[in-house]
Amino acid sequence: MSLHEATTPAFRANARAALDNANLQAALRGSRGNFITKRARAREDLPEFDALRDRARDIKDHVLAHLDLYLEAYEAQVIASGGHVHWAETAEEARAIVLDLCRQAGAKAVNKGKTMISEECGINDFLAENGIAPVETDLGEYIIQLRGEVPSHIIAPAVHVTVPEIEAAFRKAHTHLDPDRDLSDLAALQAEARGVLREKYFQAEVGITGANMLIAETGHSVIVTNEGNGDLTQSLPRMHIVMASLEKIVPTLEDAATILRILGRSATGQEMSVYTTFSRGPRRPGDPDGPEEYHVVLLDNGRSNMLATPFQDMLRCIRCGACMNHCPVYQAVGGHAYGWVYPGPMGAVLTPSLIGVEQGGQLPNASSFCGRCEEVCPVRIPLPGMMRSWREREFEKRLTPAAMRRGLGLWAFAARRPRLYRIAARLGAGLLSRLGSKTGRIASLPFARGWTGERDLPAPQRGGTFMDRWKAARR
Amino acid sequence: MSGPHVALFVTCLVDMFRPSVAFATVKLLEDAGCRVEVPPVQTCCGQPAWNSGDRENAKAIARQVIAAFEGYAHVVVPSGSCAATIARDYERMFEADDPWAARARALGARTHEITAFLTDVLGVTEVGQKAPVSVTYHDSCSGLRSLGIREQPRRLLASVAGLELREMAENDVCCGFGGTFCVKYPDISNVMAGDKTRNIAATGADMVLAGDLGCLMNMAGKASREGRAFRARHVVEVLAGDLATPPIGEAG
Ligand code: SF4
Repeated sequence: MSLHEATTPAFRANARAALDNANLQAALRGSRGNFITKRARAREDLPEFDALRDRARDIKDHVLAHLDLYLEAYEAQVIASGGHVHWAETAEEARAIVLDLCRQAGAKAVNKGKTMISEECGINDFLAENGIAPVETDLGEYIIQLRGEVPSHIIAPAVHVTVPEIEAAFRKAHTHLDPDRDLSDLAALQAEARGVLREKYFQAEVGITGANMLIAETGHSVIVTNEGNGDLTQSLPRMHIVMASLEKIVPTLEDAATILRILGRSATGQEMSVYTTFSRGPRRPGDPDGPEEYHVVLLDNGRSNMLATPFQDMLRCIRCGACMNHCPVYQAVGGHAYGWVYPGPMGAVLTPSLIGVEQGGQLPNASSFCGRCEEVCPVRIPLPGMMRSWREREFEKRLTPAAMRRGLGLWAFAARRPRLYRIAARLGAGLLSRLGSKTGRIASLPFARGWTGERDLPAPQRGGTFMDRWKAARR
Repeated sequence: MSGPHVALFVTCLVDMFRPSVAFATVKLLEDAGCRVEVPPVQTCCGQPAWNSGDRENAKAIARQVIAAFEGYAHVVVPSGSCAATIARDYERMFEADDPWAARARALGARTHEITAFLTDVLGVTEVGQKAPVSVTYHDSCSGLRSLGIREQPRRLLASVAGLELREMAENDVCCGFGGTFCVKYPDISNVMAGDKTRNIAATGADMVLAGDLGCLMNMAGKASREGRAFRARHVVEVLAGDLATPPIGEAG
């Protein structure tokens, strides 16, 4: 599947297929709740957790209000430490820059740490088409690369894959290993992946990583990982390319520390991820290791258009994944159904912003507005409110399905006229109550199949509407 | 009676599907000494329009509700979701300098979900009922997360003699109703409803209670289709001692 072709408009069909996919459902059920329990415990153990969330929100708001200044400051720091900053307005530009750099480095293979920005730009396919082999070094990313898939979760890219499926992928790819080896548990799979990847680390000329944050004060980029793969990816090859989007900027090291304290806890329930790696610039004289060249590709790809709109707050996102871990819709259908790079509640807001509401409009509709995402978001992004704003845009642009518009219009016409409404309610209640008079429920209604397809509709109580009965009893 | 003057916002679902919920609400309010009125100019809180992006109709309905209800000391609603629409969303519908925004804010501050009103505003601790049943409680999303309703219904239920509360797993997870969501995305909604009925059934409780009729109709409708044994009732029915009315989705 190529990344730039969003299947987001087919969300409904994607979701149906996901619900019918037994392996996917097993994987989702197996992981469900793990992250939730861990985050809850981490939050309990840190009394100032919610206060830190407020500070993190304020830090990001401040940055977004002065984004140009902080970006300039960051660029100056990177240059001062011997690195280069490349500005990419679109994914195409970012791809071209990365390919150019890889060619300059004479790269045949590129090591990659986990980066969603490279997914957004479709770097892997693009490099491969141009004769450069991308090697994912994060275990989850490696698994899905072998399977020819894209991530289904922003921090757990292979959360949709079961252990037997991983085993099958490894046996197919690692034909040089003993076919009788035992790969029945995760530890064995991890060990095998580590062995295979170690060899590749030393072959690549370029290492590409993402960035969880970019620090304006010092020019550092920060990545958090649990496998340490990011460190090797960026320090062994002769060129290190950081791919990051504009809004990853924070002003100071101290601000970065504040955000790190909520990031791990919100994501996996860890106080800190196992590795937190800072990098800025190439190896200096006397450094024991490090790349000879250091490049940062800063991607906009529609983000600056979100500033000063109802969707600006979305740029506070620190990509912790808590919203999708807690989302019942995501947990039911998994990440691929969303059809583009970013799934779950954050994807439901971000995707229409980046690829257009005409393409991504279904996502903000596929929410019951249960509010769990907003409740756990470490930077307090009002996700349901912004999904509602998208629905409003769609309504204004007349993208809301016609049947829905008509139904709403009719209902609103009555709801704005209490006397007419009273009559309609009386007729409706009477009709439905007669339809369900035997059992108290209705098993099939032609105009409400969405409801009655797989559940009954409880029938109205007998004796009329409350308003009629109240009037009769009290006056 | 000289107690607080309360306007009942019935909600469209209770009006049409389950008037006994409104009668039980009136009983609870009157038992607590309130003077209850039911303003005749009421239809729906407008949430379907608001959540579908139809701001103009949402505002028109909001203005209608504000005008009809602002003359009372309190507005009480047997639904956390509709109460949250009035108390939280109305103000957001209007531009800050629109005079309706201030009126919306004033009304919002006086609007309460029924169990929260009884406990937080009136200080009710006992409902004086007996019910030899085991129940489990589903926390409906808007009430829980917009209004912070969690302990209030449980405290009142604890005062019902003979009642046993058995908490279910994931009691704070959405049941899949979500207003228009359940008909826009029935496949996903149905899976969420099935997860919910499984968690309810696992408690072995006689019935599931909740504070929102939409969620209850969803859970009851799913349970009856699956042939589950548990019943579903609005929490106020149990608190008001009305176990004679047939449960949701059953014939009397
Ligand atoms: S929207 Fe919030 S919860 Fe979701 S990934 Fe971003 S920061 Fe985390």
